[in-house]
Amino acid sequence: MDKDSLILLYRQMLLIRVFEDKSAEMYARAKIGGFLHLYNGQEAIAVGAVAALRPDDDLVTHYRDHGYALARGLSARAVMAELFGRETGTTGGRGGSMHLADVSKHFWGGYAIVGGHLPLAAGLAYAAQHHQTGRVVFCVMGDGSTNIGTFHAALNWTQLWRLPVIFTVENNQYAMGTAIANHSAVTEIYRKACAYDMHAEQVDGNDVLAVREAVCRLATRARNGEGPALLEAITFRHRGHSMADSDVQRPKSQVAEWKERDPIPAFAEVLLARNLVTPNDLEQIARDVEAEVEDAVAFADASPEPARKTLYEGIYAEPVSNMQIDGSLIGPPTLGPVIFKNGVSKHG
Amino acid sequence: MAEITYREALKRALREEMTRDPNVVIWGEDIVAYGGGGAYGVTAGLAKEFPGRVRDVPIAEEAIVGVGIGAAMGGIRPVCELMTINFALVAWDQIVNHAAKQHHMFNRQIQVPMVIRSPAGWGRTASTHSQTFENWLASIPGLKVVYPSTPYDAKGLLKASIRDNDPVFFIEHLALYGTKGEVPDHDYVLPIGVSEVKRPGKHLTVVTWGRMLVETLKAARTLDAEGIELEVIDLRTLRPLDLAPALQSIRKTHRAIVVEEGFRTLGLGAEIAASLQEMAFNDLDAPIARVAGLEVPMPYAKNLERATIPFAEDVVAAVHRMMEKKY
Ligand SMILES: Cc1ncc(C[n+]2csc(CCOP(=O)(O)OP(=O)(O)O)c2C)c(N)n1
Ligand SMILES: [Mg+2]
Repeated sequence: MDKDSLILLYRQMLLIRVFEDKSAEMYARAKIGGFLHLYNGQEAIAVGAVAALRPDDDLVTHYRDHGYALARGLSARAVMAELFGRETGTTGGRGGSMHLADVSKHFWGGYAIVGGHLPLAAGLAYAAQHHQTGRVVFCVMGDGSTNIGTFHAALNWTQLWRLPVIFTVENNQYAMGTAIANHSAVTEIYRKACAYDMHAEQVDGNDVLAVREAVCRLATRARNGEGPALLEAITFRHRGHSMADSDVQRPKSQVAEWKERDPIPAFAEVLLARNLVTPNDLEQIARDVEAEVEDAVAFADASPEPARKTLYEGIYAEPVSNMQIDGSLIGPPTLGPVIFKNGVSKHG
Repeated sequence: MAEITYREALKRALREEMTRDPNVVIWGEDIVAYGGGGAYGVTAGLAKEFPGRVRDVPIAEEAIVGVGIGAAMGGIRPVCELMTINFALVAWDQIVNHAAKQHHMFNRQIQVPMVIRSPAGWGRTASTHSQTFENWLASIPGLKVVYPSTPYDAKGLLKASIRDNDPVFFIEHLALYGTKGEVPDHDYVLPIGVSEVKRPGKHLTVVTWGRMLVETLKAARTLDAEGIELEVIDLRTLRPLDLAPALQSIRKTHRAIVVEEGFRTLGLGAEIAASLQEMAFNDLDAPIARVAGLEVPMPYAKNLERATIPFAEDVVAAVHRMMEKKY
């Protein structure tokens, strides 16, 4: 990798970190509602993986998706606006934090049902195979997602049909508050692939270069028709499961120990040691990133809420007129207003 | 025009659409080798005609639907067969949380042009294999639900479903597969979301769909002899629900019965009766009645099984009660 690309990795990780901290603040100020799952501590995985992929490789993620969105180049403005539930957000305020997407950038969305997106990733990979596009699908999930049926069904199917998917497990060692030893009979997640005769690797998820290298290798395999792979990235989250989590389950000492292994300062050390940056450069990057996130908040705050009249839009690909008037189901699309005996037209 | 079976009509729709569009693929359990093409023979022979595009898949309904969704997102038009509708429960998360949500939740960036085909029905198969879930399915925004009752409708609506850009749950019925009807050889497509008067009549409106159309038409012939004419409306699509022909009919007959195979409580009949009464209260001379399946897990014993399912005689009895003002 050249110098600029390496510095970009650092910048992206820092952008995600600052963005997440700001999101937490906005959540506390009730600008953001619902579930907000932050990515602090795991940034090296999204950034390393996306750097390893082609821009037209498909991304399918779980709900902890801000990092992937930013790494894939969705603007901080659009992502923050989505968290605020605004028309200018990545899905116009329909999906929120857990369902960011930009299909023009082959980011097919964050999904909030644990394991639910794995078959979708397999299906996208089938489409790539059918159309011979040479694309691979990168599908990410947490350690807790490797126990559900769709995980096993998707691994089996993709291996059976040699579909080009990289299933990546961000093993942050907890599923909400349940430690991995209490939720999985096999705690080295990559070993689960052997049940399906699937290639598997384990990587240090806090080392952005190691992640990038592993994903490069697995993407090449998949592109060459050698089939899917399971990649386990060992990591830890610095915050609770979501903003609703007071994080009382994880031992303080464990959290402190992993904060010592923070991927961002670790990578700064690498850049400094290789004389690719000076401390001043790093400070400049930090100032730029802060400004970008401040701008995103201002943009989101100034953006309009989605218009009430758009409520029924997009439930179906083509408008179904009988459902768009007020949501009730009256006549076929071709039917005019329904005239009642008393002469009152209720619809149309 | 030749008479063909409902099963053959479905197969012709599949063949025509696969010929027309190379992105149409068919996936299901045992649809290639077993018994010559699926547990109920709908896909028989197609795997040979379209090598690589008709495939057996693992017994993992959540993946059959989920992989289908992903493929559809990527520009494929998968027709996914679930061996029977009972197994759709295994795929419920994919149907409700994924197929139905994608287009709206991602603000129109994603389309899911897929068809899930699956038969309802019964036949001494006991309680886990004799169910029907159209009321659940028809309550989900984002999903379309089609349920043809004749070979003609089966072909035209399956072709429409495959061409549709939304996820369509296409319900078939085991007892309909062998029924025959006239089907033209030419390429025709029927509109989704349009119900049809299957039989004109002036005394009483029956709203029904699926196999219950067959029983209702049988009842209508019995009642003809008594001078009672039923007007029979076949919904054909259950979401979006087209109640306009039923409304028009009620304005003429002033009486209506909804006939369905599923349970009465929270059945589609409840929704239809409520909607019709809201819209046509002043036109009605009697409360809208319902004929529905009895609310018991389906027993295996022949006599008990028959007792739970509505047949023509139940429709006739309901008509008699209404005509005699027993409500
Ligand atoms: C099917 C399903 N069950 C439960 C939940 C609630 N839930 C959301 S995230 C989560 C924990 C998942 O942990 P893991 O897969 O390790 O991912 P992480 O949050 O650690 O990134 C649970 C139980 C859900 N969203 N979906
Ligand atoms: Mg986890």
